[in-house]
Amino acid sequence: MSAPKFDFDIAVVGSGPAGLAAAALAASKGASVVLLDEQAEPGGQIYRAVTETPVRDRKVLGPDYWHGAELLGPLRDSGAAHWPGATVWSVARPREDGPDGERSIQIGLSRNGAAAMLIVRHVILATGALERPFPIPGWTLPGVLGAGAAQVLLKTSGLVPSGATVMAGSGPLLWLLAWQYLQAGARIDAILDTTPKQNWRAALPLLPGFLRSPYLAKGMKLMLEVRRKLTVIGNVTALRADGDGALKSVTYTRNGTEHRLPADTLLLHHGVVPNLNLANATGCAQRWDEQQRCWRPTTDAWGATSVEGVSLAGDGAGIGGARAAEEAGRLAALDALHRLGRIGREQRDQLAAPHRAALDRALTGRAFLDTLYTPAEAFRAPADDTIVCRCEEITAGAVREAVRLGCSGPNQAKSFLRCGMGPCQGRLCGPTVTEVIAAERGVSPAEVGYYRLRPPVKPITLAELAALPKTDADIDAVFKH
Amino acid sequence: MFRRLPEIETAAEAVAFTIDGRPANARAGDSVAAALLANGITACRNTPVSGAARGPYCMMGVCFDCLVTIDGTGNRQGCQVRVAPGMAVETQNGKREVER
Ligand SMILES: Cc1cc2nc3c(=O)[nH]c(=O)nc-3n(C[C@H](O)[C@H](O)[C@H](O)COP(=O)(O)OP(=O)(O)OC[C@H]3O[C@@H](n4cnc5c(N)ncnc54)[C@H](O)[C@@H]3O)c2cc1C
Ligand code: FES
Repeated sequence: MSAPKFDFDIAVVGSGPAGLAAAALAASKGASVVLLDEQAEPGGQIYRAVTETPVRDRKVLGPDYWHGAELLGPLRDSGAAHWPGATVWSVARPREDGPDGERSIQIGLSRNGAAAMLIVRHVILATGALERPFPIPGWTLPGVLGAGAAQVLLKTSGLVPSGATVMAGSGPLLWLLAWQYLQAGARIDAILDTTPKQNWRAALPLLPGFLRSPYLAKGMKLMLEVRRKLTVIGNVTALRADGDGALKSVTYTRNGTEHRLPADTLLLHHGVVPNLNLANATGCAQRWDEQQRCWRPTTDAWGATSVEGVSLAGDGAGIGGARAAEEAGRLAALDALHRLGRIGREQRDQLAAPHRAALDRALTGRAFLDTLYTPAEAFRAPADDTIVCRCEEITAGAVREAVRLGCSGPNQAKSFLRCGMGPCQGRLCGPTVTEVIAAERGVSPAEVGYYRLRPPVKPITLAELAALPKTDADIDAVFKH
Repeated sequence: MFRRLPEIETAAEAVAFTIDGRPANARAGDSVAAALLANGITACRNTPVSGAARGPYCMMGVCFDCLVTIDGTGNRQGCQVRVAPGMAVETQNGKREVER
C-alpha cells in the first residue's frame, strides 16, 4: 500500500447531497478531490445510512430517501478519495506560499482518534443543517429528542418509539417523520402543531410560487394522510415537558387552556438552520436572514464566500432542501474548477446552465414554506425559566438579566454567563441567544450579531493534538486567526 | 423508549457489549447512543453543572448530551461511535475524570 496522500486540489467537507455531488463532479473533471465527513457512511442527514440501513421495506423511508443511492455511483466512478469518519475541526485562511505563489489551505481533521493536516487549494464546505433549537421548559429531560434525531434512529437502526409518543412543532420534516412512522406502524399518540395561525396571513401572498413547486403534490399527499390517520392538535401556543429525571408528560396550551398528555417520548421540531460553525470559524462573513430567521454565510451565485478559496454548498449556506443542495454542490464544484484553472469561464457557465435551472426549480416555493413555518416568538425567545444553553444550563431569564446589566450580544453573553462556551460551541443555543437578546434590547438580530467562533470547531483531545507533526503553520492553523 | 422494527429484530446479528457492567445486545451498525436507547436506557449521563439527568437529544453530534465513557475513555459522544463487540459502555457522572 502506498502512503496516504495529504495533498489535494479540492477538499469537500460533508457527504450529504451537496458534498457527494460536488466531489463527484470535481473529480470527474480531473481534479484530485478528497471528500471528508465525520459520519461513518455517506449520505448526510437526509440520506443517512442509505448504503446500509436495516430498514429494507422501501416504502417506510419513501422514494426521496432512496434517491440518495443514485449519488454514490458517480462518486465511486469519479475517483475522488472518500474519507468517512473524519471530523474537520479547522480550515485555515489561505496562504499564497506554494510553488509560484500557489494558494494553499490547511485543514485540520481527526480520524480514528488521530489528528492530521491536509493541504489543499480549494475547500467546499457542505456541512448541511441542524435542527433549529426548540427550547421549552423540560426539553433537557431524557425522553425528549429532536424529530430529526428520531429519524436518524429510524434510518440507521430501525428504531421507533414505543410507549406514549407525542410529536410537537412545525415544518415539513415533522410531517415527513410522522408519515414514515405511519408506514412503519409506529405509535404516535398526538401531533401538537405549533404553526402560528397568523403566519398564514404573511405566507398567502407567496402561495402562487409554492403552487408551482415540485414538492407541492408530494407534501400535500403526505400531510393529508397523516391528518386522516393521526390526532393533530393545532394552534398550540405553549409547551412544557414534565418529569423527574425522565419525561412523564407534556403540557400544552391551546386557545388559552392547558391540557396534559402522558408521554414517554416527545419529539420536537422547529425546522432546520444552517450548520455554520466551520464557515464562521474560517472567517467567512455571514448575515442575518430575516425570512429564514437564522444566520447564513454570505455567498455569491456559485457559493463563493468572503474567504478566497473557500466556498459553500447546500443547506449550510441557507436552507433549500436536498435537491437544491445537490445542484448547488455541482455549481460550487464547477466554480472551484474554474478558479483552479481547470476549466475556462465559458465552459464553467455552459456546464452550469442545466444545474442552475434545476436549482431554481428546486427552490421554487421555498419562501412560502419559510414564512408559514417560522416558529412563534414565544418559542424562539422562550420564557425566563427555560434553559437555552444546554451545555452550561443557562436560562433565558439569566440571558435577559445579563442584557439588563449591559450585555449587548452573544459574545458578551459568553463572558457574562459562559453561555455558548460548552462543547457544542453555541450550535444549539446560538439562534435562541440571538433572539432573546434582540427581543430584550428591542433591536434586530442583525444588530445583535452572532458568536465569533474559533477553531477547533469540535473539541479534540490534547493527545490528538500532541500526536501531530508540528510545523509553525500547523500551530498557526489551530491557535491563530 | 424505543423498539426495533419487527423486520429487523429477526434479521439482527447481535453485538454483545456491556452497559455499566451488565451484559446487553445491540445490532451491528448501531451507534452507542442508539444501542443504549434500544436497551431501554434514555439517560446516559448527569451534567457537571446541576447533576440533572440527560440523554441523547440530536443524534448528529451537535448537543453533547450523549456523553458516555467507552472502554475507559470519558466524554465520548455516544451518537458518533459505533457499538463494537465486547465494548464496555459506562454512563457518565458529571465531568470527565482527569485520568480517563
Ligand atoms: C436530523 C436531520 C434530518 C433531516 N432529514 C431530512 C429528510 O428526511 N428529508 C429532507 O428532505 N430533508 C431532511 N433534512 C434537511 C436536510 O438536512 C437537507 O435538506 C439535506 O440533507 C441538505 O444536504 P446538505 O448536503 O446540504 O447537508 P447534509 O445532508 O446535512 O450533510 C452535511 C454533512 O456534513 C457533515 N459535517 C458537518 N460538519 C462537519 C465537520 N466539521 N467535519 C466533518 N463532517 C462534517 C455531516 O456529518 C453531514 O453528513 C434533515 C435535516 C436534519 C438536521
Ligand atoms: S445526541 Fe447530540 S451529540 Fe450525541
